[in-house]
Parts: sequence; C-alpha cells; structure tokens
Amino acid sequence: MKTTVPALAAAVMMAASPVMADLVVPNMSYRTGPYAANGIPYADGFSDYFTLLNERDGGIGGQLIQVPECETAYNTEKGVECYESLKSQNPLVLNPLSTGITYQLIPKASVDDIVLYTPGYGRTSAKNGEVFRWVFNAPANYWDGASVAVSHILEQEGGDLSGKKIALVYHNSAYGKEPIRTLQGLSEKHGFELVELPVDAPGQEQKSQWLQIRREKPDYVIMYAWGVMNQVAIQEAVNIRFPMDKFVGIWWSGSENDVTPAGAGADGYKSLTFHGVGQDYPLYDDLRTHVLDAGKAAGAGDQMGNVIYSRGVYAAVVIAEAIAKAQELAGTSEIDGAQLRDGFEALEITPERMAELGLPDFGQPIALSCQNHGGDGLGRIQQWNAGAGEWSLITDWIEPDAEILQPLVDEDSAAYAQEAGIEPGCN
Amino acid sequence: MIYREAGDFKTSYRSDGQTFPIRLDRWGYYAVLAVAFGVIPFVIDDYWANAVFVPFLIYAIAAIGLNILTGYAGQVSLGTGGFMAVGAYAVYKLMTAFPDISIVIHILLAGGITAAVGVLFGLPSLRIKGFYLAVATLAAQFFLVWLFNKVPWFYNNSASGQITAPTRTVLDQAVTGPTASAPAKYLICLVLAVAVAWMARNLTRGTIGRKWMAIRDMDIAAEIIGVNPLAAKLSAFAVSSFFIGIAGALLFAVYLGAAEVGEAFGINKSFLVLFMIIIGGLGSIFGSFAGAAFLVLLPVLLKNTLVGGFGWPTDLAAHIELMVVGALIVTFLIVEPHGLARLWRLAKDKLRLWPFPH
Amino acid sequence: MDQLIFAGEVFLNGLMTGVMYALVALGFVLIFKASGVFNYAQGVLALFAALTLVGIQQGQIPFAHLINAAFGTSLHHFGWTVPAVLAIALTAGVMVLLAFLIEKLVLKHLVGQEPIILFMATIGLAYFLEGLGDVMWGADIKTLDVGLPQGISDTIETATANWFGYGFFIDRLDIWATVIAAALVAALVAFSQYTKQGRAMRAVADDHQAALSVGISLRFIWVMVWSIAGFVALVAGIMWGTKSGVQFSLSLIALKALPVLMLGGFTSIPGAIVGGLIIGVGEKLFEFLIGPMVGGATENWFAYVLALLFLVFRPQGLFGERIIERV
Repeated sequence: MKTTVPALAAAVMMAASPVMADLVVPNMSYRTGPYAANGIPYADGFSDYFTLLNERDGGIGGQLIQVPECETAYNTEKGVECYESLKSQNPLVLNPLSTGITYQLIPKASVDDIVLYTPGYGRTSAKNGEVFRWVFNAPANYWDGASVAVSHILEQEGGDLSGKKIALVYHNSAYGKEPIRTLQGLSEKHGFELVELPVDAPGQEQKSQWLQIRREKPDYVIMYAWGVMNQVAIQEAVNIRFPMDKFVGIWWSGSENDVTPAGAGADGYKSLTFHGVGQDYPLYDDLRTHVLDAGKAAGAGDQMGNVIYSRGVYAAVVIAEAIAKAQELAGTSEIDGAQLRDGFEALEITPERMAELGLPDFGQPIALSCQNHGGDGLGRIQQWNAGAGEWSLITDWIEPDAEILQPLVDEDSAAYAQEAGIEPGCN
Repeated sequence: MIYREAGDFKTSYRSDGQTFPIRLDRWGYYAVLAVAFGVIPFVIDDYWANAVFVPFLIYAIAAIGLNILTGYAGQVSLGTGGFMAVGAYAVYKLMTAFPDISIVIHILLAGGITAAVGVLFGLPSLRIKGFYLAVATLAAQFFLVWLFNKVPWFYNNSASGQITAPTRTVLDQAVTGPTASAPAKYLICLVLAVAVAWMARNLTRGTIGRKWMAIRDMDIAAEIIGVNPLAAKLSAFAVSSFFIGIAGALLFAVYLGAAEVGEAFGINKSFLVLFMIIIGGLGSIFGSFAGAAFLVLLPVLLKNTLVGGFGWPTDLAAHIELMVVGALIVTFLIVEPHGLARLWRLAKDKLRLWPFPH
Repeated sequence: MDQLIFAGEVFLNGLMTGVMYALVALGFVLIFKASGVFNYAQGVLALFAALTLVGIQQGQIPFAHLINAAFGTSLHHFGWTVPAVLAIALTAGVMVLLAFLIEKLVLKHLVGQEPIILFMATIGLAYFLEGLGDVMWGADIKTLDVGLPQGISDTIETATANWFGYGFFIDRLDIWATVIAAALVAALVAFSQYTKQGRAMRAVADDHQAALSVGISLRFIWVMVWSIAGFVALVAGIMWGTKSGVQFSLSLIALKALPVLMLGGFTSIPGAIVGGLIIGVGEKLFEFLIGPMVGGATENWFAYVLALLFLVFRPQGLFGERIIERV
C-alpha cells in the first residue's frame, strides 16, 4: 500500500486539472457492465449535442461547454468515485442515468451546489421543488409513466376498465417498484385488477412470470424493465403469443435494443416515450454535418437515431436551454450551480422554441417553477414496426392523472423532508 | 540487516505476549498508525476520502471478517454481501428509530445483529463441508437480499425501497449524511478498522484462534484433541459476521449514504470480498488490508492513469482496466501463489539479509 | 383440478429450464472433474463464445474500437456474413485456441498448487476475458440467430388441449435445448468411455501423479478439457443468447448453475443433469405454489434453499464421490 499511494497521487494530480471559464456539464455514462447496451447510445447523444453547440454556435452564450466523461458502469460505488472526481472540476449539473446513483447524489449535490437533472428516472417525488431544491426531473417521471400507460389503456377500452385485469411485470428493484403505488391508486379509481409480477435482476429467466400471465390472461401488461430483462420479457411474450399491442413498456423498455432480438414477433409492441422518434428532425441534419461527418462524434458514431440516443440529445437540449436561461437571468455567461438552478426554475420551453431548435413537436412544452421541478409529465405511445425496423408515434400527448399522483408526491417528499430534516420552502 | 528478530530480548511475560512481539514490526505499525491518525486527516480531501480511503478501510474490515471465517476457521462463505446488508439495514432502522443515541453504538449493535444472523446461517456448517458449504451461505445471500427488498418495514415504507442515511454526529462532527467532512468519515472508519484489526489479531493468537485453525486444518482431528466443533465453528461465524456487519453499516451510512439492497449488497459483493482475502492471503490480517487495497485502489489508479493520464475513451479504459486487473491477478499467482501477505513475508526475509547477501 | 393441470405445465417447464441450467453446469463439472479447478470463468467463457460467434457471423472486425481509437480510423465490419454452421465451427476453433493459451500462459505455471489457488487464477481469467470480449467485439447488445426455432410448440398445445382442456406451453427452443443437451451428454459419455483420450482424461481426474507416471500428458489433457468446456460454454451461450441477445448479462447465467452444482455434486455429469432438473422443477413449483403468498421473485433464493435441504442429508451432493475422512 505504501508504494501505491504516491503513484496514485501522481495519477490523481494528472486527472484533476480543472480548466476554468468553460461551463462543465459532465457525462456520467456507462459504456460497460450489464446495462451498457442502453448506456452507450444515451452517452453518445448527450455528448454529441454539446459538441454540436460548441462547433456550430461556439457554445452557449459564448461559453464553450466541456463534457468530461466518467464511466460508472451503473455501479453506485463507481458513481461515488465519479462524483468526487467530477466535483473538483466544478460541474454545473449532473445526469447520472441511474436511479441508484441519483438517490445517493440527491443529498450530496444539494450540499455541494450542483444541480441534478434526471429526466424520466430518479426519485419521483423530486418533482416537489420545495423539498428537493437541487433536483429536476422534468418532463416526466416514473409515476407519470404509469398513469399515462393506464390512460392509454383506458382510451383503448373506451373509457371503462372495470373488471379488467392489468399485470405489472417489473424489475425487482427500487426502479421497478416505483409505479406500484400509482397503479394501486389507479386500480381503485378505475376498478381494474392489478397483478404484480416481480422479476429478480438480471432477469435472464422469466418463465414463471410469463406462464402466470398465460394462465391468468390479463387484458394488458405494463412493464418496468431494464437491461437484459427487456429482451427476455419481450421474447417470452412473443413465445406465449401475448398480443403485442396490449403490452406497454415504460420508456426504459422501449428502445431498438429491446425489440430487435425478438425479431418479427415483436411487431406491434408499444412503449411510452416523452420525446419524438426517428431522425426526421432538422436538428439531425446539423448533427450529421457538424458532428458526425466532422469526425467528432462520441463513441463509435453509429447510434444516431436510436431511441435512447434521442433521449440523450433531449436531456442535453433541456440542460442547454436552462443554461441559456440562467445566463439571461444572471446577466453573465459564466454561471455557477446556484444560477443554473434559478435558470431551471425559470425554464420555459415552448413548442415554438423546440421548432427553432430544429426539433418541432419533439418534446412537450416545459414550464418549471420552484414548486414544480417535474413539468407536466405528458407522455406518448410509440409502437414498434418490426418490418421497417422503426418506432412510430401512435398517439398525441397524454396527460397523467394528477389527482392520484399529486398526493403521492406530497406524501413521499414530506417523508423525505422529515427524515433529512429539510424545511420545505422556496428560499 | 534492516529487518531482524535477533537481539530483541524480552524480560517479562507481558512484553513477550504483546500484540507485536518484534520490535521492528511494532515500530513499523506505530509509524503507520501515526501517519494514519496524525497526518492523513489533515491533508485528506473529499476525493481521497470517498474514492480511496473510506472504501479501502471498509472493505478491509469486511475482509478481516471473512478471513476469520474462511482463512482461519476454513469455512467457505459466499454470503458476505447478504451479511453486510443485515448490518446496513440494522443500522438504518436503529438510526431512524433512535436518533438521539450515538451512531457508534448503532454501528456496534448492527454488528451484533449481524452476528446473530450469521450464527443462524452457520448452523449447516456442522454437517456440510468444503465447497458445498458455500450453498448455505449463498442461500443466506439471496434470501436476505430478497427479504430486505420485499418487506417494507426494513426500508420504512418508502416508495421505492431505497434507504438514505440521515445526518448523525460523533463528538459534534457529522460522520454520516451529506454534510459529513472528509476527515470525519475517514477517522470513524479508521478507528473501527484499527479496533477490528487489533481484536482480530489478538483473537487469532489466542485459544479461540488456535481452535479455529485446528478446525480448518482437519476438523475430525481437532475434535479428537478436544476442540468442540460446534462452539468453534459457530464462534467463527459470529465473530466474522460481527465484523462484516460493521463493514456493511459503514458502507451504507458513511460511504454510500444511500443504498438499494440488490445493487449494493448483491452476490458480486460476496465474490469481491472473497477475492480480496484470496489475493491478500488467507489466514492473515495484513493480507486482508493488502487484498482490499489491491482491489479498491488498483481500479481507481488504472482509471486515473488511462483516462486522466493518457486521455483514452472511458469505455476502452474500463475494458482495458478489467484486462489489466485480471492479468495482474494471474501474474501474482504465478509469481507467488499464496497471496500478497506471503509476498510481504518474503520481502522481510530478503530484508533480513540485505544488503549483505550471506 | 385446474390448479393440478397448471402445476403440470409448471412442472414440465421447470424440467425444460432445468436442462438450460444443466447446460451451464456441465462446463463447470468437466473442468472440476479433470483438474479439480472450480472454474469461476465458465460464465464469462459462455459470454465470450457467444460474442465471438456473433462477431464472426456478422463479419465484425475484432478490436475495431481499439484500432479506431488508436489510429483515428472508422472500421466496423468486413462487409460479409458467415453462415451459422461455419461460424460455429470457427468459434469452436477460437475456443480451442483459447484453451491452448490458457494452458500455456496460466495453468502450466500452476501445476501442483492447491485448488483455492487455481480457483483464484480462474477469477483473474474471468476479469481478463470479460475485458477482452468487450474490447474485441464491443459492449453493445447483439442479436444471435443460428436458426433455432423459438416460441410455443403448437403440436403440444393442441395435444394437451385435447387431453386436459388446457393447452400447455412448451417453448420450442427448450425442446431443442433438451435434444442438444442429451446429444452432448451422450457424446461426452461415449468420448470418456470409449476413446483413448477419454480414458486418459478419466485417469487424470482420478490421480494426476499416477496418470503422469503411466505416460499421460497432463498438458494435453488440460488443453482438451478446457476446449471441451469452451465448446459446452458455446452451446450454453447459443441457447441463452438466442433468447436474450448477446450482452454482458449472459455471463451471469453462471449464478444459475451454482445451486445445480452444489446439488448434483461437482464431479458428476449425470449429477449436473439431475441437479438441473430438480432445481428447475423445484424453483418453478415453489414460485407457483408459495410465491404468490410471499410476494414472488423467490426463485433465486429458493434454488439454494432446496440445494441446502438436499445437502443436509447428503453432504457430498447427490452424485458426488463419498467423502471419506481419515485422521
């Protein structure tokens, strides 16, 4: 140990040479480990958008954006190491793309004045900005997703779900358990029966669960899965000939990676999404000319257009807009974490602005405030076309059921505030 | 010449029986402790504490615990992750139920609870031996993880099942929660690690340690010379689980701050700690530290060298890192099959003669 | 009555799943039997084999990412695809080469060491192969298709529907896995009983020293055993990878083989099969009958509890060699 310490010191010194003046938006990615297949496109999309801003516009407000990357492998301990090494570079905002790491960083980032932006994942009750001052999870969260899925099913069934049976197949972890309370509340309200089917990680073997689905014949299946569990679940659903158009996954169960291994059988599978699909947006032309063709793409440069890649781009877009807003409010282009938080709280992304960014109708309008860090939580349904090998949007934006969700958010955030000794408020 | 045992005379039983009977060893350890307590707390920053020292010390505690069971008493265990989870959830329940009682007492109590659970799952060891015993501890591993995931009482009915450590203080210094300073976190881990190492060292030198080793070397023979296998095996499980429980409590409360049972205390953790003691050296306290250092520090060092030093893409660096760690393990084995502790012993032998070769 | 029919379906599917577990366990048993090594790397071996198979089939350029990073090129594919049969043969060749290298670089230097040390060497190997697989072929998910059928078997569904009024679900992939596993076991038994090399392998398994003294080359036997284990890993990788795609998680199937090994005994090929079947049926039936009462997802731990129950009565495993202790 005695010899490794000085060597380590030297290595850390090399690593920790922060370049000031640039805005630092780190990319906490996972390109290895059990969830690499989804981590790679997300990280690529996130990086590529900032590369585009730097190349095309010279950054945001004249400030170049630095995107140092740190590999977490979806592992909370590596997440700690990444957080500490990134912290020395004065990051403005972190987007860890892991619910576990997010939970760990929520208290730390709040003390260190770093914004956490966790679109579509993380701690759902962070929507309550009075308790979670530094955490933003707009435009949609897990509970919104569950509610949107049920609303879609409701619409399919002509507005009546009484006597119907909906099965929830979920990753038996913090992430997978998130929608349970929402769905229980909704099942009371709409009178459908909820069957909960946990699958232990990693989820290679799900025969019991799908045999049960085959026996009980639920009318719909909602799935909260991640990693290998997605591919196996969709394959098993194909195997038992469950009707694919009655099978709705959360947005983390709806990428090309998840459906392609099941081949033609997966045709018609539905999943939620909170952003547009495909490459048919003007922004992608810019990405191609300024980033991909210029040889500046992150990773192998072969992920463009992938659903998860688009999600990475979307996260970067929201962060970039918040930075611009913060610069406008602060009157300076060199903002810090606290100013960025104000920027997020005043963030307003209108459909017109999205069109201006080259992403018309790509995302929902976002308007945040101190009280609301989670946006409106609208979602859309996308459906897989196996023949063409592409997703297509089949619905317009669907609203979640605030009547069920808001009390849950209030209750969970109040419990956290009490446990952590936080006085809820806006100052 | 540099290192020698000769000329170190003892004039009392007391000095003959002290923890480190050889003067040079003793001075060496005093020097290390002096640096650890007197220098490092003043220079440590968040990165060094959270990415290097705190995990190193916590894993060292866990490795000492497992080493007592596997290295000294010869009972293979793959339930370390599950037992650490018991420590973590016990400390979480205690912290939130009795906020006014000192966190140190909670951590020790969590160790005690883990010891009881460890004894329970150690019972099959009286019947099943060798590699096959691993099944009992694996059953513990998977069952405990499932239990903590399934029963909402363990995570205070939170929506997702994540547990988060609130701020608790020792001597008015926050040691858990987001406001804990780097030296405070480091010191509480250090104090417990030193205490655990000192206890383990003295337990293994005494009657009970000799019983464990007799059981390890051949349990039937040990039984014939009068070692009670029930008491010896179960005491090994109890002591080992006590230490592992402390490590689990620290891992959750001090190091991670928030945890989810399947991710933080899964089967990988059991394997990781087992690797540490095999690489460090079975049946050696020093080996537990060396093994923990090897598997905690090496990846951090490699990452910082490859990504920070050479500017490689992070994914490539992560893959190469795995290859280097694997190749190093194999190389170490070929050079010295009995672990880093043995390497250290050989170095001492060399030093005894150096610089005069004869 | 319904419950009984359902239990029958669960039972059959448990058997099928058991075969899948046994396929993984088989690789462990082969190596343990011949060299006394508990091969921790077996799961990673399956992942590596499957990655190589897909890589060859789709004409991926090995180490493309490393080359691109070092020389600034952008290589991905050779631009051809290889037929499945040829790709499997080539992958088997790669696994033989790997076995040769493992013997040459690792095992040769560790002859005569204790089992725990050889176990640890395989840990090192597992780390190395995991990194190598990623660097060679990339960490993204890959679709594996060697033409195996998947999905419900209509014949069985119709037949059972006629008999019981409820059509059983049996996955055609599982039926294939059973056939292939049976063929594999038959071939292995025939090989070890009737060929010269097979007998030499058994001799080594009995006693290294004695085998050496009658002129059997230990090194050749080790290369051979690791090659066979590599081939078994390839078969397991194909079966599991067909369902889930080839990705890192494939290496975790080794965990599913552990209770099977404990139950069946580390040294018995029939033990691996029977153990697999018992675990498969046991965990599925438990999940079916008791699971709903305790909240489900019991399979992971129940497999070990089941193995533990058996071991309490038979500490050497079902088919393990009797442990004789002498002072």
